[in-house]
Amino acid sequence: MAATDLTPEQRDFRDHARRWLAENAPPPPPERLPITPIEVMTVGQRDYLQAWQRKCYDAGLVGADYPKEYGGHGHSGCQRIANQELGRARVPFLINIVGLSMAAPTILQHGTEEQKRKFIPGCLTGEEIWCQGFSEPGAGSDLANQRTSAVRDGDDWIVNGHKVWTSLGHFAQWMILVTRTSKDDKYQGLTYFLCPIAGHPGVTVRPLVKITGESGFNEVFFEDVRLPDAFRLDAVGNGWAVAMTTLLAERGASEGAGSGGGGGDGAIEALIDLARGSWRNGVLAADDAVTRDAIMRRAIVGEGLRQNARRARVPALCDHPLRLPLQQKLTGSEFAQDNARLGVEIAGAHSTLYKRDPRAPAAGHWPLAYLNSFGNTIAAGTNEIQRNILGERVLGLPKSK
Amino acid sequence: MRTNNAPTNFGFGDDETMLRDMARKMLDERLPLERLRALVAAAPEPVYDAGERAPWDPALWQEIVALGWTGLAVGEAEGGAGISLAGIAGIVEEVGRHALPSPLIATLAASLVLRAAETDAARAVLTDIAGGATATLAITNERGSWDPADAPLAAHADGDDLILHGVARFVQDGFKADRLIVSARLGDDLVLCVIDPRAPGVALEADHIHDLTRDQASVHCQGVCIGPAAILSRDAATVLAAAWPGLLLLVAADLCGASEWLLQTTVAYARERVQFDHPIGFFQAVKHPLVNAMVAIDQARSLLYAACAEFDAGGDRAEIAARMAKSAASDAAATISAQAIQLHGGIGFTWEYGLHIFCKRNLHNQALLGDGVYQRAKLADLLIGPVSTATNAIG
Ligand SMILES: Cc1cc2nc3c(=O)[nH]c(=O)nc-3n(C[C@H](O)[C@H](O)[C@H](O)COP(=O)(O)OP(=O)(O)OC[C@H]3O[C@@H](n4cnc5c(N)ncnc54)[C@H](O)[C@@H]3O)c2cc1C
Repeated sequence: MAATDLTPEQRDFRDHARRWLAENAPPPPPERLPITPIEVMTVGQRDYLQAWQRKCYDAGLVGADYPKEYGGHGHSGCQRIANQELGRARVPFLINIVGLSMAAPTILQHGTEEQKRKFIPGCLTGEEIWCQGFSEPGAGSDLANQRTSAVRDGDDWIVNGHKVWTSLGHFAQWMILVTRTSKDDKYQGLTYFLCPIAGHPGVTVRPLVKITGESGFNEVFFEDVRLPDAFRLDAVGNGWAVAMTTLLAERGASEGAGSGGGGGDGAIEALIDLARGSWRNGVLAADDAVTRDAIMRRAIVGEGLRQNARRARVPALCDHPLRLPLQQKLTGSEFAQDNARLGVEIAGAHSTLYKRDPRAPAAGHWPLAYLNSFGNTIAAGTNEIQRNILGERVLGLPKSK
Repeated sequence: MRTNNAPTNFGFGDDETMLRDMARKMLDERLPLERLRALVAAAPEPVYDAGERAPWDPALWQEIVALGWTGLAVGEAEGGAGISLAGIAGIVEEVGRHALPSPLIATLAASLVLRAAETDAARAVLTDIAGGATATLAITNERGSWDPADAPLAAHADGDDLILHGVARFVQDGFKADRLIVSARLGDDLVLCVIDPRAPGVALEADHIHDLTRDQASVHCQGVCIGPAAILSRDAATVLAAAWPGLLLLVAADLCGASEWLLQTTVAYARERVQFDHPIGFFQAVKHPLVNAMVAIDQARSLLYAACAEFDAGGDRAEIAARMAKSAASDAAATISAQAIQLHGGIGFTWEYGLHIFCKRNLHNQALLGDGVYQRAKLADLLIGPVSTATNAIG
């Protein structure tokens, strides 16, 4: 990015971020970290990552554009830069992904002054881990088909129901929660709450195990859970609209309060390194024409996605304002999946070796990354649903249901 | 890939936007689909059976010349507009979107090469181009090699003059060109010369091509005598290498424009055509492939503008960026061209409907200067390194 295109504030911020990241690389983790925040399983991982987010926050890299009254740093146009620099620096990810990219932007847009002051600072520092209680056994892609009920009881609400696939629920203090407050209308009968989780009476969190063998998501049961009305976000019956704010933020249409990190930027280099050390039909995979072509395909997509993000900020080159932003979740998750699958292919016989095998390339990263990649092609609205949304909202095709 | 000196807006600012919008408006008015169909695809027989060259519209071309488009890539010192490649790409996208038959892209390509030559002889030709002359590159050999080192012609010295022999193939819009920029082997050197297509010893032969929006020629040279003033460069390898990213990007821009037209046209059809009581775009077997095509086109467009910006900034990654863009644009074009015909059903398969005009232009451009697989092989040499010859022994 050209220094000339940045405001003085952004330039200073970028220089600061680069310098700080160069000087403040965190110590090695006490135990292996998972690929993304939604597979954090142990207290050791959590404590390490929470400490790292706190450091990043103190350095101004988290909540950069949030108002100071809500714990932010009061910049403008700087979070995008922070996210980029965190990505480049190949440092660990920020653990409070739901807090940063879903809860904080939703509360900022829909919350009362009191709610913003109470909830946003903990999202940013990472002291309060958030989870997302949207999905239910009967409400996946058809998110509005909510059964979990919230019933008025004086100044309180009583919640009963069952949420599934709740990432980070096992460490969460808070949940963004969609409930049914009326059966009269599928969409207008929903209400959005901010719900305490850890230690809150009536809430039970039970871990679920993923195909990778890791955990990280949960079932959450609500039995007569009492919530004060002060924890309701936006109006009764407005839950669907609020949930849409969350989903838009979740799918990457905004900068959020902080993301990046975790080393996603190095995917192509990692594939090339792998190919230089793997054999295929008697030659190094790096010399095999088919493998070379496959890696270059990945490199082109990776660069294409980076340049999409750049073009999205040039209105003259975007004929529809949502055309590029709404592609992000779809293309990003498939990019990761295709990279991982190629890594497995290149590793050949060695791709059979999993995490604990001392001879596994990159400590078993490739098969783990491949298996794990389905998390993101399913979560946050499956990629089939993403294609529906793009076809309908951007191309104007009739709604599939 | 990271660029350090290219602007975040790709150098696509207000002026470039205005030029692009003017081009779109002019071509919307002067070359709507019905006009294009009547012009180039009234019937298949003249071109495909009788061997005539596809018609074009010289009157429209004169308007384009009057707008100064031949001089877009010519510097101001030579009387041109000196527009950045990003700005040119915006216009070329519109040209592709309207499948304009014209010597514009050939002339822009020739201009980029001439500019890279930085000689008085080249500047003289650029001055002519800014004045409305057309030009094309004749630098491809019999085998269709896209390696500029594989020059089509051989030269030998005759006093201060050069004598050219050989055949240049796959010359784009050769029959519309006032000047031919040719490359020739001269001993160990590669020279670049300008010749007049009507000069003694030069004969143009038309290729019979499927694309209806251009002509393609073989240029036969038999003892063509070139004076010193027509020798553009004695280091054509360096000149062509410098211009090459630009050549790739002109084709990529044309592909992006035609592909976006095919996408929008097919989407419009999917919103209108009703089967099983629904517009066909309701069905996900129609909807999702269109989204996939859009995603592919968008990456190609983003890579196109990024590469143009890199080229304009003189960045050292221009070749990498341009090959990525050409690869992505070629593949996106293949995707949407196929989907456009398939998702229109029978009507899309008819000559009369006209989708084929854009699909054939894309098919031609996909191959031009190397398709996606070719670009990726070149990219692999740059990003992974050349294939080592030693590994067989160990494996
Ligand atoms: C790793 C992971 C983490 C998650 N974390 C959270 C979380 O923290 N909080 C939370 O609330 N949820 C979370 N989810 C849940 C996620 O949002 C849902 O799994 C997702 O929305 C799909 O719902 P479902 O699983 O019920 O599948 P279903 O909706 O039953 O879909 C099954 C299949 O049918 C397809 N399908 C369904 N409807 C259509 C349609 N209209 N058109 C085309 N295809 C269709 C889907 O694409 C899918 O392939 C997580 C999921 C995963 C995998």
